[in-house]
Amino acid sequence: MTGVKTAADAIVVRLPAILVDLFPGSRRSVEMRASSVREMVDELERLWPGMRDRICDSTPAIRRHINVFIDGNKASLETPVPPGADVFVLTAISGG
Amino acid sequence: MPKKVLLLIGSKKGAFIAESNGQRKKWTLRGPFCETWPINHIAGDPETGTIYAGGGNEWFGAAVWKTTDFGKTWTHSSKGLNYEAGEDPVKAVWSLAPRNGTVYAGVQPAGLFKSRDGGKSWKHVEGLRDHPSKQHWQPGAGGLILHSLVTHPTDDKKMWIGISAAGVFYTKDGGKTWETRNKGTRADFLPEGQNYPEFGQCVHCVVMAPGEPDLLYQQNHCGMYRTEDGAKQWTSIETGLPSSFGFPAAAHPRDPNTVYLIPLNGDSKGRYVPDGKAAVYRSRDRGDHWDKLTDGLPQENAYFGVLRQALATDSLKPAGVYFGTNGGVLFGSRDEGDHWEPIAEHLPVISSVETLVVDR
Repeated sequence: MTGVKTAADAIVVRLPAILVDLFPGSRRSVEMRASSVREMVDELERLWPGMRDRICDSTPAIRRHINVFIDGNKASLETPVPPGADVFVLTAISGG
Repeated sequence: MPKKVLLLIGSKKGAFIAESNGQRKKWTLRGPFCETWPINHIAGDPETGTIYAGGGNEWFGAAVWKTTDFGKTWTHSSKGLNYEAGEDPVKAVWSLAPRNGTVYAGVQPAGLFKSRDGGKSWKHVEGLRDHPSKQHWQPGAGGLILHSLVTHPTDDKKMWIGISAAGVFYTKDGGKTWETRNKGTRADFLPEGQNYPEFGQCVHCVVMAPGEPDLLYQQNHCGMYRTEDGAKQWTSIETGLPSSFGFPAAAHPRDPNTVYLIPLNGDSKGRYVPDGKAAVYRSRDRGDHWDKLTDGLPQENAYFGVLRQALATDSLKPAGVYFGTNGGVLFGSRDEGDHWEPIAEHLPVISSVETLVVDR
């Protein structure tokens, strides 16, 4: 989030509006501590129970039509998240 | 007279609710609900008034939505609505059956879940997928879906389910063990001489007659059937119908002998109403004879189909009958099918129609 100071090792997670709409009280931008995408999802689940199932399937893996980008690179659950990273959770082009 | 009659409509772009009073002459439509997720089935619990909607979103996966205020506010959950890690994940919820404090959910790929806390959390009924036939289950064109949930009115341990294209299965021990129940139903798509397998039939819809738990009606990909012994043996009831193909079936709310079907022109001919003329077929004698009901339905240039869960009756006298088309039109009859009129037009593809009569 531009202009917002974060702790040196915190990351910022940006969530899509249609995901936030499913969880009353959730936010588009979340600051947290996590060293991998898996830990990031764990924290989102702790904050808003049920959100894990919307982002991940039971394989377990990031859902096919959800993309997670870390500093511009597409990530999987195992991808490390460096301190201070900007993480974008995006919905892919999909549907009909 | 009931306070209100609700038509619960699942569509490719969310759920809708049409509401009327006991006269069923004027309807108001509300929706789309469930954030416009594809909703395969929406069903109400007549005991509590709670409405459940099941579907699956390409982005966010499967979930069951719930409203306790007739659609004003909704929540959703998929807690526990998962197979074990490594298995093909649950893609969508296909059918729901609230029954005596338990809600059952049939999903794709085919499996059965149940909730005992009003849809907040779900538990896999593992016995079904433990059936030895499971490794041979083949998806139909709509996917490997568990779509028909037929609960028993007095025995919670008994249930019939339908899977496309695996067939009908029955449990009498609450889902621990299952038996195939397909004897007498055809699989025309198999080689000659192998058309009556133990399982693998493409069942499209199974419904139970009121007051006679062993009397079931089935619309199959290959024929229409009746059983009078809890599906141990099925008998064809196709004579007098324009085709052997269709998707939905609906039972009358009080008369076990009355059943409704909407035959389509055939599985490889577009799956429209035959000759572009819409008709609901009603039998008053368990399928031995059929009445073609067309009054008020389009009789030229009608090229729509009706999907497997999109035909329903209500519990009023005379019974209302309703169906939704894959062209987005909802038709209704308040005189058991004798006369029809459109209730809503220009909706998305309609996946399901159910009724909820509210006396409160």
